Amino acid sequence: MTNSIEELADADCIFITGSNTTVAHPLVATRLYKAKAKGAKILVADPRQIQMALFADVYVRQRLGSDVALLNGMMHVIVKNGWHNRQFIEERTEGFEEFLKVIEQFPPERASELSDVAVDDIVRMAEYYAKAKNGSIVYCMGITQHTTGVDNVKTLANLAMLCGHIGRPSTGVNPLRGQNNVQGACDMGGLPNVYPGYQAVTVPEIKEKFEKAWNAKLSPNLGLTIMEMMYGIEEGKVKAMVILGENPLVSDPDVEHVRHALQQLEFLCVIDIFPTPTTELAHVVLPAASYAEKEGTFSNSERRVQRVRKAIDPVGDARPDWQIIQDLSNRVGYPMNYGSPEDIFEEIRQVTPSYAGITYERIEGEGLCWPCPTTDHPGTPYLHKDRFARGKGLFHAIDYRPPAETPDQDYPFWLTTGRSYVHYHTGTMTRVSPHLEREMPEVLLEMHPDDAAAYGVQDGDVVRVTSRRGTVTTKVQVTDRIGKGVLFMPFHFAESAANVLTNTALDPVCKIPEYKVCAVKVEKAA
Amino acid sequence: MDYRSVLTTCPYCGCGCGLYLEVVDGRIVQTLPSKTSPVNQGKLCIKGWNAHEFVQHPRRLTRPLMRRGGAQEEASWDEALGAVASELKRVKEAHGPDSVAFLTSARCTNEENYLLQKFARAAIGTNNVDHCARL
Repeated sequence: MTNSIEELADADCIFITGSNTTVAHPLVATRLYKAKAKGAKILVADPRQIQMALFADVYVRQRLGSDVALLNGMMHVIVKNGWHNRQFIEERTEGFEEFLKVIEQFPPERASELSDVAVDDIVRMAEYYAKAKNGSIVYCMGITQHTTGVDNVKTLANLAMLCGHIGRPSTGVNPLRGQNNVQGACDMGGLPNVYPGYQAVTVPEIKEKFEKAWNAKLSPNLGLTIMEMMYGIEEGKVKAMVILGENPLVSDPDVEHVRHALQQLEFLCVIDIFPTPTTELAHVVLPAASYAEKEGTFSNSERRVQRVRKAIDPVGDARPDWQIIQDLSNRVGYPMNYGSPEDIFEEIRQVTPSYAGITYERIEGEGLCWPCPTTDHPGTPYLHKDRFARGKGLFHAIDYRPPAETPDQDYPFWLTTGRSYVHYHTGTMTRVSPHLEREMPEVLLEMHPDDAAAYGVQDGDVVRVTSRRGTVTTKVQVTDRIGKGVLFMPFHFAESAANVLTNTALDPVCKIPEYKVCAVKVEKAA
Repeated sequence: MDYRSVLTTCPYCGCGCGLYLEVVDGRIVQTLPSKTSPVNQGKLCIKGWNAHEFVQHPRRLTRPLMRRGGAQEEASWDEALGAVASELKRVKEAHGPDSVAFLTSARCTNEENYLLQKFARAAIGTNNVDHCARL
């Protein structure tokens, strides 16, 4: 997030797109309700009529994968009416002229045709957001999990810059991070292209800095992303894998392909707290301590670094992951000798400028938001105050591209995937929690009443859903929460995994798979 | 009776709510929201209120497992860690460091993520490190 969670409550217009906030980020949603109670305009664009849509001043149901068209249409309206922030554009941005050329090609009528959103709604959303004093954008995986994921995010950034809704309190472009520590995992260099603190592995001076800090020769080559690792196994390039606390056999697109790949590994080690479909394939499984059994830190969506504290001893013979990794490192001949997670954190501070001012002592209470470069720095609740990280904010001229797979005669339905309010990711934790599993013990496929009638399907009937990748069997929930011709399925359930169906097509830049759009057919199960 | 109340951070979504784990005689019996947390200000969602339920569940993995023949069998830590280290060394020597790949975890702590990517880059010598940020 460019801004902090609490700031959302003071925005006077919030545009929520691709985030089922009440379900996936309930405590962020409380701020959206607060803002609404104080009179803020709430705008929701989502293929499902999510709970937040019921409170929205404008709700639109865009066609799957049409976000760039919808947003460009809104920006066309803003520019044509002169609602854009000329001073902000002049002083703080560049690339506006190139951007305008593309925006000119998206009159609301064309945007409406591509996105299936009424022209009037496009105009109203544009006006509310542009004329707000402090407009915030909130988005999540509904924006990113597309072959146009990077385009979608850049287009939202264009919208914020066009109206000058960034670099001030209660504004900004605010992606909500799905996992408790996905922000931290990225911050710590759990990515193939960067060391901790987003320092590029391909810049020689940075590589030298880390070679010195770690006393080791480092690779100048970019690493592989998850999906590239899977293809790498099939091409015979990747022979061994270590998987820490992940369950790609439920979470990755086209899981049959992932299974096929992992089975070809010469060696697979999985470190986890529960047995999963992924641990079943491993040559060695190591039992890890859960969050309640160890010390450490998590970094939340607003970049707030907070403490994790040990409440009980690890169950059975489980061990904290940091001890497991340290033991492995010593055994392969690269000595590590940390006495505690705090020791590791002290090293993180040395090599990660944005974390340099954070200490365990300073985050004893509320935590601190990075960047926090020195120990007397108060932390940074919102980014880009007087300048952007790169200097001037860059407008990107982005044209609309359709999704990789769209319905046709053989696969007539759109399918989109997401989360439910009680279950979490691949369900390994929530599905063994009695109070959560009781709420939703099985997967339900959402289907529009008209489609259900056409297929002779009633609430609770079982259907077979098939894509070009595979088939799953699931019960149906008939609901007009989803649009006609579109199906929705949560992905938490290993026994009928939505990701058997999803498409592996990737965004060309960030390599995110297009979980949110694929084509399927439905048959009533006998 | 040994009772303690431990302030920590919720393990579920990216909100990062502050919560107390209430521990009686080594068993976590309930979760309470932190009123002073700037994130949740005394509230929790249904997942947060039940964030303790899976921790001591009987399905937890409690012993290292090694595949012998077809099946996975329990093994000692020494044996299991030894096997992982020797296999990683063997594959690295036979096929080069980029033949090894690592997935770190958005579920684990900063310290653990830091350590695994350092292990991959400094001990094995590859940038093949990713996690489920995109998933």
